[in-house]
Amino acid sequence: MGKSLFDKVWDAHVVTQVKDGPAVLYIDRHLIHEVTSPQAFAGLDKRGIRVFRPGQTFATPDHNVPTVDQHLTIKDVLSRTQVDKLTENTKKHGIQLFGLNHPYQGIVHVVGPELGITQPGMTIVCGDSHTATHGAFGCVAFGIGTSEVEMVLASQCIMQPKPKKMKITVNGQLGTGVTAKDLILYIISRMSASGGTGYFIEYAGTAVKSLSMEGRMTVCNMSIEMGARGGMIAPDETTFNYVQGREYAPKGGEWDKKLAYWKTLHSDPDALFDKELQYDASDIEPMITYGTNPGMGTGITGHIPELHEVPAGNRPTFEKALQYMNFTYGLPLIGKPVDYVFVGSCTNGRIEDLRAFAYFVKGRKKAKDIIVWVVPGSKQVEKQAKSEGLDKILADAGFEMRQPGCSACLAMNDDKIPEGKYALSTTNRNFEGRQGPGSRTLLASPLTAAAAAVTGKITDPRDFL
Amino acid sequence: MPIEKFAILRSTCVPLPIENVDTDQIIPARFLKATTREGFGENLFRDWRYDKENKPKPDFVLNNSRFTGSILIAGKNFGSGSSREHAAWAIYDYGFKSVVSSFFADIFKNNALNNGLLPVQVGESFLENIFKAVEQNPDAVLEINLESQEITLLSTGEKEKFDINPYKKECLLKGYDDIDYLLSIKDKIIAFEGDRIL
Repeated sequence: MGKSLFDKVWDAHVVTQVKDGPAVLYIDRHLIHEVTSPQAFAGLDKRGIRVFRPGQTFATPDHNVPTVDQHLTIKDVLSRTQVDKLTENTKKHGIQLFGLNHPYQGIVHVVGPELGITQPGMTIVCGDSHTATHGAFGCVAFGIGTSEVEMVLASQCIMQPKPKKMKITVNGQLGTGVTAKDLILYIISRMSASGGTGYFIEYAGTAVKSLSMEGRMTVCNMSIEMGARGGMIAPDETTFNYVQGREYAPKGGEWDKKLAYWKTLHSDPDALFDKELQYDASDIEPMITYGTNPGMGTGITGHIPELHEVPAGNRPTFEKALQYMNFTYGLPLIGKPVDYVFVGSCTNGRIEDLRAFAYFVKGRKKAKDIIVWVVPGSKQVEKQAKSEGLDKILADAGFEMRQPGCSACLAMNDDKIPEGKYALSTTNRNFEGRQGPGSRTLLASPLTAAAAAVTGKITDPRDFL
Repeated sequence: MPIEKFAILRSTCVPLPIENVDTDQIIPARFLKATTREGFGENLFRDWRYDKENKPKPDFVLNNSRFTGSILIAGKNFGSGSSREHAAWAIYDYGFKSVVSSFFADIFKNNALNNGLLPVQVGESFLENIFKAVEQNPDAVLEINLESQEITLLSTGEKEKFDINPYKKECLLKGYDDIDYLLSIKDKIIAFEGDRIL
């Protein structure tokens, strides 16, 4: 029987299988940041041991960092302590750190791929659930807790039960103004916020294959939002072209050897999956969420469901969500005013996202009374955006670009959406209070964000294209 | 390093009949700035528990003195969202030893098990019955027996078997942790590295 892509990568990393228990899985790359690592390093100190393979761990501060005046000392004492701890711990253990003001600093899931640290067929973990992003390269990549971060630091391995496998195929062509973000929001709206729990997903089909690497990263990134352990896409020419020449990518003969292996990383035609689903790309329109989990989304021309359209068992959650959002049943979404627009995060903070936003607003003006934050995903993205003149385009339209970090996606720094305000965000979670206590988040693509930024309300971006 | 051993837990319960409780609700991101594992219980369910002036919200269950105990009963898909282990730490630090729900998010389940907090998955109808029993009588006691993998509502005798990975069960019963095990097989890991063709 043939093997799935997931099986091929997983099986190549099993050091040993504990009887009746989890696999001991070898980890190729470990990414760490300031929030979920300090307790793991403290654990090593308590045990009196050192990091086992420091060369396979890479660190950058992202969750906590300010997005203005990064050259100054971080004002918030607790944030500064965490960032300083990361510097101290990485120095002590000989781990590569891309610290604040380093030209490679940024959101950990933006940095890994753009430096070529992320390569096809690897196992990659990080104390962050959006580690699934790296699955876009055909990696088994998933988020872990701090005890597991400590495991990887101590042994370069993790104890994991093998998840079930799901294949989601999306065939056809995405329409104009419909992006990778819409594709994944559509899938999640069909699957619900828990529909993928227990599974590792492979995304396939012509619509997925036609996406750029950055689009694929956006899709895999949000796998966790339906509960899946991770999501992956078989590597192909798009992947190889992206990886080649990057700082940490293999070179010369090593490249040829790796490339030959990477070309074997696809599901065999007779591979079996525990679950298979198919969607048609032409059914997807720009998406927007209205509730308090990412599964509560609809096409932008749609409306919030009427109570009778919601299965009886889901009604208490639905009603609680609408109450929090201050929305009513059956309400159309187009035309609803928004107070903030946030463009950024590990989901949509890459150069293509900034380009999409900038070229949409070019020659237009920021809507009056709306506050817009554009936050590049990394220093490299920021540099690229400036070299392409995107900062000028944004400035001419009345927007400013901030400095890299997770920013308002989870509002650990000062970038908080005030209570009761509506934020149209290119991020990944619309949970209660996610973007600041009492904040109300609507998830959408960078194009839909741009349309709201110039109109001040929820707008179908296709009206402008 | 040892975690606390889990044997038989008999306790009253705190009911939280809400579905999709995500880790941002369990512990909001702005409280993740500590560099140690202790003290997160103070901010457990922070924004549901306290108002803007930091006064307890009387309608939230943790502020209702009728319900106490070391077992949290929650609606399905508990612990979804962020991988923050701080969510498990906060629940444990507050004083819970077990969470009972009809469905858990994967990462939360792993994090809980790694900290001696036992996630017990029960059927939908049993969960309903537990909620009803506790609402009617806050003194209703649940018994969770890890060895026999049984959860029993003592007032009615209704019981159900629950699943747990045999390895994890052993770890909890004996108070072992994964890192002790991984360090003990280091030679195997080094041999694996040497054997890799890539």
